[in-house]
Amino acid sequence: MDMQATPPIELRRFSDRIGFVTLTRKEVRRFMAVLGQTVTAPVITALLYLLVFAQAMAGRASAYPGVSYTEFLVPGLVMMAVIQNAFANSASSLIQSKVMGNLVFLMMAPLGPLEWFGAYVAAALLRAALVAAAMLAVVTPFVHLPVRAPLALFAMFLLAGGSLAVLGIIAGIVSQKFDHIAAFTNFFIMPLSFLSGVFYSVHSLPPLWFHASRFNPFFYMIDGFRYGFFGQSDVSILASLLWSAGFLVAVSAVCLWMLASGYKLRR
Amino acid sequence: MNDSRALSPAIEISGLSKRYGTVEALKGVSFAIQRGEFFGLLGPNGAGKSTLINIVAGLVRQDQGRVAVLGYDTVKDWRRARRAIGVVPQELVFDPFFTVEQVLEIQAGYYGCGREVRPWIEQLIERLDLGGKRRASMRALSGGQKRRVMLAQALVHRPPVVILDEPTAGVDVELRRSLWRFMRELHDEGTTVVLTTHYLDEAQDLCSRIAIIDRGAVRVIESTEQLLARHPFRFLRLKLADGAQLPDALRPLVTGHKNGALELKLERDRHPIGAVFAALKSAGVDIEDVHTREPDLEDIFVELTAARVPAVQQG
Ligand SMILES: Nc1ncnc2c1ncn2[C@@H]1O[C@H](COP(=O)(O)OP(=O)(O)OP(=O)(O)O)[C@@H](O)[C@H]1O
Ligand SMILES: [Mg+2]
Repeated sequence: MDMQATPPIELRRFSDRIGFVTLTRKEVRRFMAVLGQTVTAPVITALLYLLVFAQAMAGRASAYPGVSYTEFLVPGLVMMAVIQNAFANSASSLIQSKVMGNLVFLMMAPLGPLEWFGAYVAAALLRAALVAAAMLAVVTPFVHLPVRAPLALFAMFLLAGGSLAVLGIIAGIVSQKFDHIAAFTNFFIMPLSFLSGVFYSVHSLPPLWFHASRFNPFFYMIDGFRYGFFGQSDVSILASLLWSAGFLVAVSAVCLWMLASGYKLRR
Repeated sequence: MNDSRALSPAIEISGLSKRYGTVEALKGVSFAIQRGEFFGLLGPNGAGKSTLINIVAGLVRQDQGRVAVLGYDTVKDWRRARRAIGVVPQELVFDPFFTVEQVLEIQAGYYGCGREVRPWIEQLIERLDLGGKRRASMRALSGGQKRRVMLAQALVHRPPVVILDEPTAGVDVELRRSLWRFMRELHDEGTTVVLTTHYLDEAQDLCSRIAIIDRGAVRVIESTEQLLARHPFRFLRLKLADGAQLPDALRPLVTGHKNGALELKLERDRHPIGAVFAALKSAGVDIEDVHTREPDLEDIFVELTAARVPAVQQG
């Protein structure tokens, strides 16, 4: 038997970066390939909500002085779309790869938990940003939207979109089939995003619901995002930023632990 | 700088166990595959071959034991270990969103390879006869074409160790031959090749050393030659004249009937062929035709993995 002299395996500098960039680009191409489902459809859904509610509630005063109900509604709907699409992107990509079985090609590769995490989050954020930008582009001619605190607006987008992208990864890891993702979406993401003050100010709620809302992380995402536009909100922007940052840290810790330990993936 | 590593085996498996619920898929398996070997991993369905391969590939975590690829531990030094191997999974899986070329570029990227591997990818496409399909979507390929893309995917990063889990299952004769040629070329270029297959003639032709595993344990691990010489028996096929009966003394040696002929399994030292003929002659049995056959891997495989049925052997 001949001994082959194999050179030692060098971990080339930046090779992880190439892996991360490749995975990110692959994830972006995946949702771009079905842009109609991943961007156009959610934009249309959100615009329908806007049309219906703006009509139904026409003339109703909003919670904030100088802000019409329609104006009040737009940031919440945009944030709701960010929440739902950031989640859907990582969750459906992972479950598709799992069900098709092609996740093995990624699992065999020398990509670590941080690269997986970063790539899925980056792709989900890009999709969420496209949906948000398309919605804003369509409504700005009709709805007056000042941007009083652009930094807060951007920070809230990143924190919220990031958290939901991470939750999507967790859902993808835990789920074994499409039904499980649907259950996550229907019993967790949808109710929490609808009950988070998109359509109303929480100050108009009965005390019990008002207090319950304050434990809903999505409430802070929407409230803080609205602050970015109007400079006014139900709770202070600092509270929203801290709650959202805390939520992001918590879900990221869980997700990174899952990825690093191979939880449910490398069984 | 690392002399001990330079001599370490291609794959070293020690005390590997894996349990799925109540199924013990691997029961403390240990063996090593040396660099430059063409190694066969054989065993019946459910023996634990894929479980073993998946642990080496990092797809499944072992309960106990360790695996090192070129001396790199697959758990502690997983980045280097994974870079050192390419694995073709048993199941036919693919990503329907991409074309053949895209799939290969993406896979190379996962391994940190950039533009510099383009010529190699080009070569793989040519050698695996995928040239006409490079821009075809993965979902538009036939099963055999998908299998070849999986092979290319396992090789994009030029791994020194390659593991193929039943690459020739469900593949037509021509493709099987071209896969054999391809695997031989890879091996000639210095790659360590590990192959699992249920076609024993394939393993006999290609592999220089073979491990037979069964119910989660290694039954035997030997060079193919040793394995073939291991069982000192041969087969004698006899066609008797019409109406003739085999003498009772020879009956226990019969292992089969085929086209009106009887197959007898003879242990070289206990049943010399001359003695068999003498027994036939003294019983006055006329023979129409005879034929002898040396045992092949299949006979040995059956011998080693079949549940033991003692009665037959006690001639
Ligand atoms: N994910 C799993 N969950 C539960 N049991 C499993 C799992 N994977 C394998 N097993 C069990 O472990 C045992 C070994 O399976 P494995 O796939 O390693 O066999 P194999 O030798 O590759 O067989 P084949 O030749 O059919 O591919 C089998 O009994 C199988 O049922
Ligand atoms: Mg198998």
